[in-house]
Amino acid sequence: MSFSVTEPTKGTKWFAGVLVVAYAVITLIPLLWIIATGFKSPADSIAYPPVVVFEPTLEGYVNLFTDRTRATEDMLEAAGPPQTWYEEIARERGTVISGPSRYGERFLNSVIIGFGSTALCMILGTAAAYAFSRFRVPLKDDLLFFILSTRMMPPIAVAIPIFLMFRNLGLNDTHLGMILLYTAVNLSLSVWLLKGFIDEIPMEYEEAALIDGYTRFQAFYKVVLPQAATGIASTAIFCLIFAWNEYAFAVLLTSGEAQTAPPFIPNIIGVNGKDWPAVAAGATIFLVPVMVFTVLLRKHLLRGITFGAVRK
Amino acid sequence: MAQIRIENVRKEFGAFTAVQSSTFTIEDGEFFMLLGPSGCGKTTTLRMMAGLELPTSGEIYIDGEEVGQKPASQRDIAFVFQMFALYPHMNVGKNISYPLLSQGMPKPEVKKKVGEIAEILGITDILNKPVGGLSGGDRQRVALGRAIVRDPKAFFMDEPLGALDAEFREHMSEELRALHDRMNATTVYVTHDQLEAMQMGDKIVVMNHGVVEQFGVPQDIYDWPATKFVAQFIGSPPMNFLDFQGMVGTGQSELRMNDVAIEMPEMREGRDGALTFGIRPEHVRLDDAAPYRGRVIATEYLGTTQIVTLDTANGEVKARLSSADAVKVGDQTGLRFDPRTITLFDAENGKALKSAANMEVLSHG
Repeated sequence: MSFSVTEPTKGTKWFAGVLVVAYAVITLIPLLWIIATGFKSPADSIAYPPVVVFEPTLEGYVNLFTDRTRATEDMLEAAGPPQTWYEEIARERGTVISGPSRYGERFLNSVIIGFGSTALCMILGTAAAYAFSRFRVPLKDDLLFFILSTRMMPPIAVAIPIFLMFRNLGLNDTHLGMILLYTAVNLSLSVWLLKGFIDEIPMEYEEAALIDGYTRFQAFYKVVLPQAATGIASTAIFCLIFAWNEYAFAVLLTSGEAQTAPPFIPNIIGVNGKDWPAVAAGATIFLVPVMVFTVLLRKHLLRGITFGAVRK
Repeated sequence: MAQIRIENVRKEFGAFTAVQSSTFTIEDGEFFMLLGPSGCGKTTTLRMMAGLELPTSGEIYIDGEEVGQKPASQRDIAFVFQMFALYPHMNVGKNISYPLLSQGMPKPEVKKKVGEIAEILGITDILNKPVGGLSGGDRQRVALGRAIVRDPKAFFMDEPLGALDAEFREHMSEELRALHDRMNATTVYVTHDQLEAMQMGDKIVVMNHGVVEQFGVPQDIYDWPATKFVAQFIGSPPMNFLDFQGMVGTGQSELRMNDVAIEMPEMREGRDGALTFGIRPEHVRLDDAAPYRGRVIATEYLGTTQIVTLDTANGEVKARLSSADAVKVGDQTGLRFDPRTITLFDAENGKALKSAANMEVLSHG
């Protein structure tokens, strides 16, 4: 590819700007729609033609976080006036709140499994990538190919063996089982990505540290790791996004204890069947951790950390 | 500071032999040059001394202690890398203090020491700056600071001036040499630049294809090369080589080349067959009366001197003459060779034949 050295003209800039904005709008519409649906009433959420301007309500969020039972007039009378704003919302639909829903638990499971597998993947991936990058590993190329080959079919193709294996090992519906599974799936990607990043770090840094009296391991974590931070951050984002969004294995292998949010959210049932505002609210909240994680690490992604330290 | 001894050191990378059985000694306080073309094994030799590579066989002694198989961190030496390898996530001061921190030196003492070093190198004002934005020269100084800060047994430098601009190299090479003298250090310096080696070195090892070709003080190596490779690699323009068939015997001090008698140092070794006559350009004079003839084919003006290229029956000869001499392309003339400076080589293996003149140099190298 070649780049023009002349400044783009005003027209070119405008054209590029319009393209970028159009692309952003197209990608963001589904997201905005989900966020908006979370604030709609059940009737608005399924209205046709779709409503764009509506009266926002927190009903979806209340339904997401609570379990409710239908109550008769007498029961409502007996219960007295609603104590809280969310109880008031429930009352308007003729229901009383019977307790918190399981969304919180599922969300926490997603956090434990998603971040747990990402952390494990980074630890194992960085160690393996460093070894592949720096040491004479026998059959190195074959091993790397073998590692990559685990990604050459859709993971779900091995769902049945994994299901049986998990049942025999007692890993079914456990946090540990899901962490191990997502780590196994992500590890090949992270080894390959991280090896690329570590290959970019000149050997001289470690050698300088060795000369300066540090052990190989000290050289690794005091000199190589800070240099690889950018690569580790971006790889971690990929791993987290996969583990966070994974649906098929979560449906298959978890049901009670360790169920993550993705299989839970679409099945939120309201009074009249599917409760779309609650589903949308669940999806909206579910987006937040990945967004926060990505925004936090964005600084690392953008920082040219080795800028100018080595002349090439 | 310390003496460094290399004995029969050999390094193989798989089927490739990078260094073949090298032996030489670096005396305490010497500025020692490892010189050779790229791929000759000089950097590998240096890295083995430093412990960044382990020799396949042979011994390395630093200060009398055999360290051949010890890791770099236990050898107490400092290394200046060609690309400097300053830690990019640390500022200048932190970079310089890093070797001291590994020794567990208390913080206030580290600070004092770093201050002293910064003073010596004239970089006090940049101690708190990140290394990213520094100029080449400042980076070089920081790398030197990191090397000298803990008074190591020896300094190893791998083409440290290679990454600098030409105009800055001269200045930095003087600075380096002055620093070496001031620290009373033992320095081993790798370079492919023969001028740099001659300028800065107390002693030079010339390597080629993993073999030590010659080892000695710059003047000896320049005047009395042990092989044709050394004669060609050192000096600009290099030594002239004239190939001829002939016979020289021990005790003889005259040779016949192209039926012309030429005086030379008394031989201590004889040979019959393919020979190469070697002479430096500055030892060739033009004299119309001389029996060995040539024709001027080019002149190159260099200010006070000029390089005149002549075509002879045995090949081209370059002569370094005063610019005052009037020489024209096409002139037919005679050549005189300073008899004290002639080296004869065995044309087949490239080795210099021993004579009264180079005997001493060749037997210790």
